[in-house]
Amino acid sequence: MADGSTPPGGPKSGPLLSVRNIARYFDVSKPWLARVIEGQPRLLLKAVDGVSFDIPRGQTLSLVGESGCGKSTVARLVVGLYRPTRGQVEFEGVNVTALRRRSELAPIRRRFQMIFQDPYASLNPRWRVRDIIAEPIRAHGLMKDSGALNRRVDELLRLVRLAPADGEKYPHEFSGGQRQRISIARALSSNPEFLVCDEPTSALDVSVQAQILNLMKDLQRELGLTYLFISHNLAVVFHISDRVGVMYLGRIVELAESKALFAAPQHPYTRMLLDAIPDLEMSGRGRTPVAGEVPNPLNPPTGCAFHPRCPWANERCRREEPVAKPAPNGALAACHAVEERRIPEKTG
Amino acid sequence: MTSTRANRPLLEVRNLRVEFPTRRGTLVAVDDVSFHIDAGEVLGVVGESGAGKSLTGAAIIGLLEPPGRIAGGEVRLEDKRIDNLSAEHLRRIRGRQIGAVFQDPLTSLDPLFTVGQQLVETIMTHLDLSEAQARSRAIELLREVGIPGAERRIDHYPHQFSGGMRQRVVIALALCAQPRLIIADEPTTALDVSIQAQIITLLKRLCREHGAAVMLVTHDMGVIAETADRVAVMYAGRIAEIGPVGEVIRKPRHPYTIGLMGSIPKLDRAVARLVQIEGAMPRLTAIPTGCAFNPRCPKVFERCRHERPDLMPVETNHAACWLHAPTLTEATRG
Repeated sequence: MADGSTPPGGPKSGPLLSVRNIARYFDVSKPWLARVIEGQPRLLLKAVDGVSFDIPRGQTLSLVGESGCGKSTVARLVVGLYRPTRGQVEFEGVNVTALRRRSELAPIRRRFQMIFQDPYASLNPRWRVRDIIAEPIRAHGLMKDSGALNRRVDELLRLVRLAPADGEKYPHEFSGGQRQRISIARALSSNPEFLVCDEPTSALDVSVQAQILNLMKDLQRELGLTYLFISHNLAVVFHISDRVGVMYLGRIVELAESKALFAAPQHPYTRMLLDAIPDLEMSGRGRTPVAGEVPNPLNPPTGCAFHPRCPWANERCRREEPVAKPAPNGALAACHAVEERRIPEKTG
Repeated sequence: MTSTRANRPLLEVRNLRVEFPTRRGTLVAVDDVSFHIDAGEVLGVVGESGAGKSLTGAAIIGLLEPPGRIAGGEVRLEDKRIDNLSAEHLRRIRGRQIGAVFQDPLTSLDPLFTVGQQLVETIMTHLDLSEAQARSRAIELLREVGIPGAERRIDHYPHQFSGGMRQRVVIALALCAQPRLIIADEPTTALDVSIQAQIITLLKRLCREHGAAVMLVTHDMGVIAETADRVAVMYAGRIAEIGPVGEVIRKPRHPYTIGLMGSIPKLDRAVARLVQIEGAMPRLTAIPTGCAFNPRCPKVFERCRHERPDLMPVETNHAACWLHAPTLTEATRG
């Protein structure tokens, strides 16, 4: 087993971000009249249902999972694009979800920013790059002097390895990778400490993805940034993260140090995901195709949501919902089989 | 190059050139591409966006969007030229002899018809079967691609299937007439990893069992690694390197392939930084002279800037790179 000890940041000294039992339900019922006529109840989609994690300053926590597992909803909850149904988000110990007034929210909002997946949709095509990058500074009223603002934009462009002259161009003049650099420069313009990155490289080619991932790691080191990274790509997550949370149907099923998670996955779903990755080195491992698909989140299975696809499921799994408990690799795993040591350790 | 072989390959593409005439001049999207695929073989075609891999596939099945057109070279299927056939003739070959699977299963299926209606129609177009026979064959096909409850599912509409199941239906549709060649363009890109593995295993099994040749176009090296027998790496409309899949992945010879392999994050070893190829693939309007990769190449030398390299044999692979020119070593010798 790998070293499941303390994170590289040393002992815990109060995390920068702390998410407590957060949930978000969406009402997807038919309109009121149709419901009354057809005699149907309200229909709730539990996109995120009780997710908790901490991110220490200067570290990267990634959430992985297949489409529809709720990882992007968590990202939006954290930055405040959605209001949680229950639970709270704490930033340096301040409960952000309780803040309602703009005057209280603005100073905290400035300190976290988001990078989106599609660099083609997230930049206004009618604005010059200079204005796109300066927008958060103007919105937060951080700089009044236009000369200083221009110098700041030049500095940001250089920070993401673009040239100050690129500021005069429009987004269509850039490739996907360059646009994602512009998104990063915009996100960094208000001097945030915390970035939420929702699939920032999924729309990019591998060689461009490598450029952006390298840039993100460099910036983290230079500026001491903290990342919440959302991705479906396990290899990318392994590369960039300190800790990883694996999500399935709105819950975190396993949360562990990146190295430990990939060396000794505990939860059967994590094992399954890792087995399903194509083997580039062709060590003859071969991938194990998984039976079944993600169930309909409107009608999740009883007990453990993963039990219909789980080779280790028994009666208890069908009945009782597992809670996260410490597992052998230092991880937290929400699985009865792991808790009862019913799964043999993986070899190799 | 594929010269004299005892048994001809199933598909042979020679010096294929695809052009897009525009107001500002002609853009060459696929430039002098040659390869072959044998029966029962999977050829992977990888490259980043704009490399011309999808257009190569579209040109072979005659589905180039106008104004794009084949401007040179030839495509031979079982030794018969198919690139110069009439649209009607080609339409019959497509489906009967060539099956196509595209990235987005939703656009390949008609939302207004049940899966069964679409399968039966396709089967009856290409095979001489009655409607009842066609229906039982359709059920058989759905079962073969692993759709549970095929007898029931055949009367469902595409929207009633999940993404992975839909892609299975599209594969069943492509297999209707037992084609000799399957062109699969990013068949797993829209799917989650766990479903991806199922589809790949399915494609591989079908290729083995039916002896069909498969051209697998994708940007995902992992998918290629476990499916393909040989792989062609494309860059700016040309093949940069081609060879047996293990050789290309473990011992790439072209500097672009080397960079590409290094830039992929891997699970079995942690690296602080990924290999980075500076810059981006050139646009079609501004393809550099000489080797198209020369402005980004770490090993560029004078000849690369003026002269365009063709594929040259390098042990088991072929690479279009002057580093491997036989004359280079001869020149240094004398």
